Amino acid sequence: MEREEVKSILESLLFVADGPLTVQRFAEVVDGVDKAMIHGLLQELQSDLEAPNRGLQLVEVAGGYQLRTAKINGDWVKKLLGGRPARMGRATLETLAIIAYRQPITKAEIEAIRGVDVDGVITTLLERNLIRAVARKDVPGRPFLYGTTTEFLQLFNLNDLTDLPTLKETDEISLPEISRDVIPLEQAEES
Amino acid sequence: MSTRVELEIFEGPLDLLLHLIKKNEVSITDIPIATITEQYLATLDLLQTLSLDVAGEFLVMAATLIHIKSRMLLPVGDDGGDDEDDGLDPRDELVRRLREYQRYKEAAQDLDQREVLSRDVFTRSASPTEDAGPRGFREVSVFELLAALKRIIDRLPKDSFHEVTLEKITVREKMTHLLDILRAQPSILFESLFAEASSRMEIIVTFLAMLELVKVRAIRIVQEEMAGPIVIEAAADMDGVARA
Repeated sequence: MEREEVKSILESLLFVADGPLTVQRFAEVVDGVDKAMIHGLLQELQSDLEAPNRGLQLVEVAGGYQLRTAKINGDWVKKLLGGRPARMGRATLETLAIIAYRQPITKAEIEAIRGVDVDGVITTLLERNLIRAVARKDVPGRPFLYGTTTEFLQLFNLNDLTDLPTLKETDEISLPEISRDVIPLEQAEES
Repeated sequence: MSTRVELEIFEGPLDLLLHLIKKNEVSITDIPIATITEQYLATLDLLQTLSLDVAGEFLVMAATLIHIKSRMLLPVGDDGGDDEDDGLDPRDELVRRLREYQRYKEAAQDLDQREVLSRDVFTRSASPTEDAGPRGFREVSVFELLAALKRIIDRLPKDSFHEVTLEKITVREKMTHLLDILRAQPSILFESLFAEASSRMEIIVTFLAMLELVKVRAIRIVQEEMAGPIVIEAAADMDGVARA
């Protein structure tokens, strides 16, 4: 297949996809084209769209590629779609930030940082699929440990967790990493 | 305390303290504890006057501040072995908490400034957080689940009195079991989940385990059509990135 032909196929796939598409997925659909080429073509599409006055952008998010509207046109899109934008309150955002940087983390640990009860916020975040229980902590009561989801990455336009901006004064903070007293959810009940 | 009322919703005692520290233009590492405590208590009074609910956490912090203030008044070092004082600044622990909280408060602001999906930027479907589940399945309501549970309990043989041994099965064991099944196969029918259950107790425990897993989003319960078979499947893995 011609290079430009493949590029046009990729663009069509991106248009219809309802989530970020990975290079792997493109390779499965457009069989016979190697991943390096797909990757290169996606980069080309990305820079094509960076030209001035384009209404779309190709972002790398949650490990895949996705077409999104240009930020500058946000108000017009909102007007068309109607409805109120889902505003996220400060409590929700702060809790989410703590979970994002400190995952896996228990509710009690979040409460220790925020100084307030986070029951309601955790429920909201679970309902919105932005966090999920990833394991149980091997301490009395075996509380759930929460972590962020793919939806979280999509919401904040992050490719993966290392994409998170570095915390200010990072002295005592370690980036997401499973510590030893953690049991994967699947085995949590066996011992 | 000025008479100008500045109402702001504080996310908690730490948030209120940070606000006061900023307002007084003092350093977080050298908090004038007497001033800040006074203003903190005044704010609580104000909140109470306005009949706003002052949560317990705010009161705990008030007590902490007063405690720190009193300890600051004591001469350092010659307290004759009071357990807490090791020549440390009584404010240290509070400072540590404030700094940690502030760090995440800023991180939250950073997140908020990103190109947030469905607020700043949009995708074609424009409702990506709406998780309808794959293949056009629909989520099952609790009532449908309860009806299904009743069908299973009704199917139990009525004459099972002779069973004497009480098998103890915990919800946790059942949760593990269910997750094991879903690791081996992508999904399982609601009905077959209960196929091996021999007692009412076991059925109920299994049911509770299932609900618990739904609650923490480890599994998902879906149905292809009204009154169709109910299917239990593992929730999308957070590592298995979007296959569109």
